[in-house]
Amino acid sequence: MIWLSFEEFLAIGGYGGYVWGSVLVTGAALALELVLLARRRRAALLAAAHASRRRQA
Amino acid sequence: MTGMLAWIVKRDLLLAGRRSADALGSLAFFVIACSLFPLGVGPEPAALRSMAPGVLWVAALLAATLSLPRLFSADHADGTLEQMLLSSEPLVLIVAGKAVAHWLVSGLPLVLLSPLLALQFGLDARSLAVLLASLLLGTPILSLVGAVAAALSLGARSSGVLVALLALPLYTPVLVFGAGAVDALGAGGGAMAHLLLLGAGLGFALALAPWATAAALRIALE
Amino acid sequence: MSGYLTPGTGAIAGAMSSASPQGRGRRWLQFASPAAFYGPAGTLAALLLPLSLVLALVGLYIGFLVAPTDAQQGDAYRIIFVHVPAAWLSMVIYAAMAFWSAVGLVANTRLSAMMAGALAPSGALFTFLALWTGALWGKPTWGAWWVWDARLTSELLLLFLYLGFIALQAAIDDPRRADRAGAVLALVGTVNLPIIYFSVKWWNTLHQGASVSVSSAPTIATPMLLGMLVMALAMWFYAAAAALLRLRCIILEREGQAAWVAGLAQGEGA
Repeated sequence: MIWLSFEEFLAIGGYGGYVWGSVLVTGAALALELVLLARRRRAALLAAAHASRRRQA
Repeated sequence: MTGMLAWIVKRDLLLAGRRSADALGSLAFFVIACSLFPLGVGPEPAALRSMAPGVLWVAALLAATLSLPRLFSADHADGTLEQMLLSSEPLVLIVAGKAVAHWLVSGLPLVLLSPLLALQFGLDARSLAVLLASLLLGTPILSLVGAVAAALSLGARSSGVLVALLALPLYTPVLVFGAGAVDALGAGGGAMAHLLLLGAGLGFALALAPWATAAALRIALE
Repeated sequence: MSGYLTPGTGAIAGAMSSASPQGRGRRWLQFASPAAFYGPAGTLAALLLPLSLVLALVGLYIGFLVAPTDAQQGDAYRIIFVHVPAAWLSMVIYAAMAFWSAVGLVANTRLSAMMAGALAPSGALFTFLALWTGALWGKPTWGAWWVWDARLTSELLLLFLYLGFIALQAAIDDPRRADRAGAVLALVGTVNLPIIYFSVKWWNTLHQGASVSVSSAPTIATPMLLGMLVMALAMWFYAAAAALLRLRCIILEREGQAAWVAGLAQGEGA
């Protein structure tokens, strides 16, 4: 462990803003991608269900 | 083979001549775009002189992307393009001919006009010569590579903007070596390397681009 | 044997029990059908995602809790643990995109072309992240949010190539045509990429001389290299999973009329 305290860890030698700005944005972007994909999947299934209901009607 | 090529070039030139407003329009755009930069940046002569190659080259790129949709759209609209695909003549040759005609109509006038614009920017004679040579070698590459973008966007929605979006990233090496040739002159290194690279690029584009364009046309018209 | 060609779960079951002498080869080839690949793609993604998370945690542990402070750059250098892997991924994904485009054009398989389309948004995202983290690294280290060095500028142009691909596919209505046109564009871009990189490098050395390079990493100590590699692997697994999930969405959207999709939809209570 190289950090002597949690505050030190957050500050990352004074560059906290830049470093966490990078890591957190990356993590958030990738998580967002997964969320959007889940929504896209739900929308596609919904569209398919509607289409089949229309055909049966 | 050369007979077909010559025929295609003559045909396209004839058609462009009938609709001369199109070609003159992109030429006018080139002139206007070049003139906008000093208005935006300020009239300071030294700054303009250093900007000149870059500005002229970027304006040439943009003018090329404006004129690209015209390459195939007219023939596509009246069904001639389909006939060209079905003909026994190799499509690659037809495409190459159209690219040559496109350059004669949209690229060469640009090259011929550039000395006047370069004078507006206060470029000296030697730099002017190098700029001219770079444009002469580079604008055919723009027509050849642009043809690929035009063929890919054929029949797509908002094809005008799409062609520009596709072509411009592919144009960047031409821009770098074209504008860089003049800068290299100023830095004392000599422009030969840049011009040779442009020449090599032209050969490369001549060999590969018509082939890619033909493939794209077949996909667009299947 | 006819179960080989019909989509849906039947195809997988049929292939598994195939008694044909060419059974093994056939078994893999039948996954070239989008419908048949839908299930396996999901399984694969479900395996890759947790793996990537574990690897990411390990990588971040190494990068933030084990690797020592750098002598020249202080602790700001730690951004390389996301910046460099993201940049690597942006290029690997483009290569994969080009590969599947080529396969799709040559073998005329639908699924390969769809995979290329599924990879593009992930690739664009990683390219953007490489640029974003690159800027955040450049500011404290070299004082500028953006430097026109060869690597960053090439990365920017790579982003434009991705966006062009996505725009082209979005602008063509017929899906098969969109696939094939995109494939040609991806291959044209691949040929151009080395030329672009070379030209940008040339341009950069002329204009900046002894240039500051945002990509020149500090003298690499083992924990730093290990951290980067683990993070790269984590991102690779993640990207593969995301692309497979997107591929599933594309399959659903395209095969929307098929009976097996409707069955799935009802099964999910849509």
